[in-house]
Amino acid sequence: MEMKKVTTKSMPYEAWKDNEYIEKLVTELQESGANVVVGALDNLINWGRSNSIWPLTFATSCCGIEFVSLGAARFDMARFGWEVARSSPRQADFIMVAGTIVNRMAPVLRRLYDQLAEPKYVISCGSCAISGGPFRKSYHVARGIEDIIPVDVYVPGCPPRPEAMIYGIMQLSRKMKVERFFGGVNRKEDRKKYLAEHPIEDC
Amino acid sequence: MAELQEKISKRFPGATFEEGETLLINIADSSLHDLVKALRDEHGFDYLVTIVGFDRTTALGCVYYLASTKTQRLVSVSAQTTDRDNPMLHSIADLYRVAGLYEREVYDFYGIVFIGNPDMRRLFLNIDWVGYPLRKDYDSNPELNPVSIENERQSDTTTEWVEMPDGKVEKREHTIFEEDEFVINIGPQHPATHGVLRFRTSVDGETIKKIDVYMGYIHRGVEKLCEDLGYMQTLHFMDRLDYFSAHNYHHGLCLCIEKAAGIEVPERARVARVMMDELSRIASHCLFLGTFCMDLGATTMLFYTLRVREQILDIMERTCGARMTFNYDCIGGVIADLHEDFVKDVKELLAVIPKNLKEYNKLFTGNVIAQNRLNGVGVLTREDAISYGVTGPSGRASGWACDVRKTHPYSGYDKLDFKEIVRTEGDSMARFKNRIDEIEQSAHILEQLVDNIPSGEWLAKVPKVLKLPVGHWFQMVEGCRGVFGVYIESDGGTKPYRLKLATPSLPAAGVVDHITRGQKIADLITIGGSLDYIVPDMDR
Repeated sequence: MEMKKVTTKSMPYEAWKDNEYIEKLVTELQESGANVVVGALDNLINWGRSNSIWPLTFATSCCGIEFVSLGAARFDMARFGWEVARSSPRQADFIMVAGTIVNRMAPVLRRLYDQLAEPKYVISCGSCAISGGPFRKSYHVARGIEDIIPVDVYVPGCPPRPEAMIYGIMQLSRKMKVERFFGGVNRKEDRKKYLAEHPIEDC
Repeated sequence: MAELQEKISKRFPGATFEEGETLLINIADSSLHDLVKALRDEHGFDYLVTIVGFDRTTALGCVYYLASTKTQRLVSVSAQTTDRDNPMLHSIADLYRVAGLYEREVYDFYGIVFIGNPDMRRLFLNIDWVGYPLRKDYDSNPELNPVSIENERQSDTTTEWVEMPDGKVEKREHTIFEEDEFVINIGPQHPATHGVLRFRTSVDGETIKKIDVYMGYIHRGVEKLCEDLGYMQTLHFMDRLDYFSAHNYHHGLCLCIEKAAGIEVPERARVARVMMDELSRIASHCLFLGTFCMDLGATTMLFYTLRVREQILDIMERTCGARMTFNYDCIGGVIADLHEDFVKDVKELLAVIPKNLKEYNKLFTGNVIAQNRLNGVGVLTREDAISYGVTGPSGRASGWACDVRKTHPYSGYDKLDFKEIVRTEGDSMARFKNRIDEIEQSAHILEQLVDNIPSGEWLAKVPKVLKLPVGHWFQMVEGCRGVFGVYIESDGGTKPYRLKLATPSLPAAGVVDHITRGQKIADLITIGGSLDYIVPDMDR
């Protein structure tokens, strides 16, 4: 069977910089044997899902301002169906961690993630969210957010240009396209394991 | 200054004086309060610029920078204690309203307790935080203070240390909110707080009774990080404090270091810096107009104002190579010459600004909803603005002429013709209008400079590893949100011994409680938005 060429927003498949990653994901899915009927339904639902990804309005510092620029007329993320920035995590699909996460913010970020409805995604945006960035040596900065919440896409930069953010969200949309919506979005297992390791306290 | 020194030495025989760029008065802790009171009441030093905590290993203490709003003179007062286990100083929180906040910051960083401060809690760090991070012997082992996903422990009480008549100090607990008060939590993740800031708001119906501002959600410890870096390396943090005044903050730190090292900046670099400052002021105010109107429900404004901002970012990108973290000003000048199209681009920008301002006014300022929501909301009087240290366009909206470009001119601002916009209403509308008018003035400054950029070098010869002589320096510049002060203390090495950044957003957040009391909770968004604080700038 030929490899499915996953792309989005009429971008040619060859123009993507990191196809190995998505090919690996597709191979894994094919090996686990997707049912044909469900596969077609999956495609339909994923087509809808991947074209209207709603972000949570979440910004701690500089990267958030670039996210504002992304929403304005010049970069216009409304072209892609991402413009519906929600203020409540319960209505959002993904959280774009734009900015430094410090010790005091970590439990808040974790709670926001817990409040997102499934299926949920995380984009780690900017060097602070990825590794602590220029503040890595500080006494009050988390060295990357993957210790706090699982991450789907990393967007490097300090801050990333709006174009880089567009590329990052498009990658997320591509990832959504290969997921099996029925029978569990493929991260569910990991997530269960993750939650077992990091139990949610009563609040 | 000699006259002041004479008067003080007569009244406080224990005081010693150090002449420098500003007069430094060393005083024993017991007379600190009386001295500051005398300076305020008899000599007109009514504005507390900042409190700089320090740890000189043998002693812990503070330097207080005071300024007079009439004569614009600066004076500094220093008090210290040698007790490292239980360091205590007397509070001046009853003299300046902003001092309470600054003392909390010093307590958080150095553990110095201020006797008489009614709210002695940590400001940025958790109450369970081990150690005081800016002390020189701080143990930065992350295992002591790990990043945790457990909710932090919170206390509803605060502590006050009270001095008894017999000289003993007694600890007292106060509750922040009464038991039957209804407290709403706004933030830290709330679209109208402009970042991660938290207000614990006590309400009576819809009326605000009290707000406890809870910060530290983006405290990144920049001041401590700077102590381990060379002077050149500290510069890039300035981009990331108030990311809208990146150029202005760079300018401030560079001026302070250049003053200390005695470096002369070439004329071309000086003009380039001023032009970049004014461009970023326009960009910053444009973004303010957009987000502020968006907070009030007028989303359309954002698209109009960001159009001008993008045009400015293009100009900066051509010269500096980045959209936000420019890192353009450096010690001795600027890192790169202005782009060949710079003059043409700025002229194009200046041509569209009047048209755009007209459009903004038509779209929003005259709107009846905007008028009703802004006029008379969140009034800050001139006295309170000074006492709370609210500077920038917000302070000037209260009738306080506090523009550093006029009061302590730097980089040739004294030779430029521009008006300081001062309004006397002190309400949200005045703060809003001030920013629109400042865009006009910044454009006027650019008009004067754009055809007169001197040619020649843009970077002076500076040693690769810069050493500053022993001493301390203080420099103020006008950021987009108010007075930005830099204090550098050097022990003669290649790294700053202490680098304090006095930012305008911290006092702006400190005044929220005062001006929202008695207002409706819906107006909190208006007032917070009109003060235009930036949270990373506040937390550092």
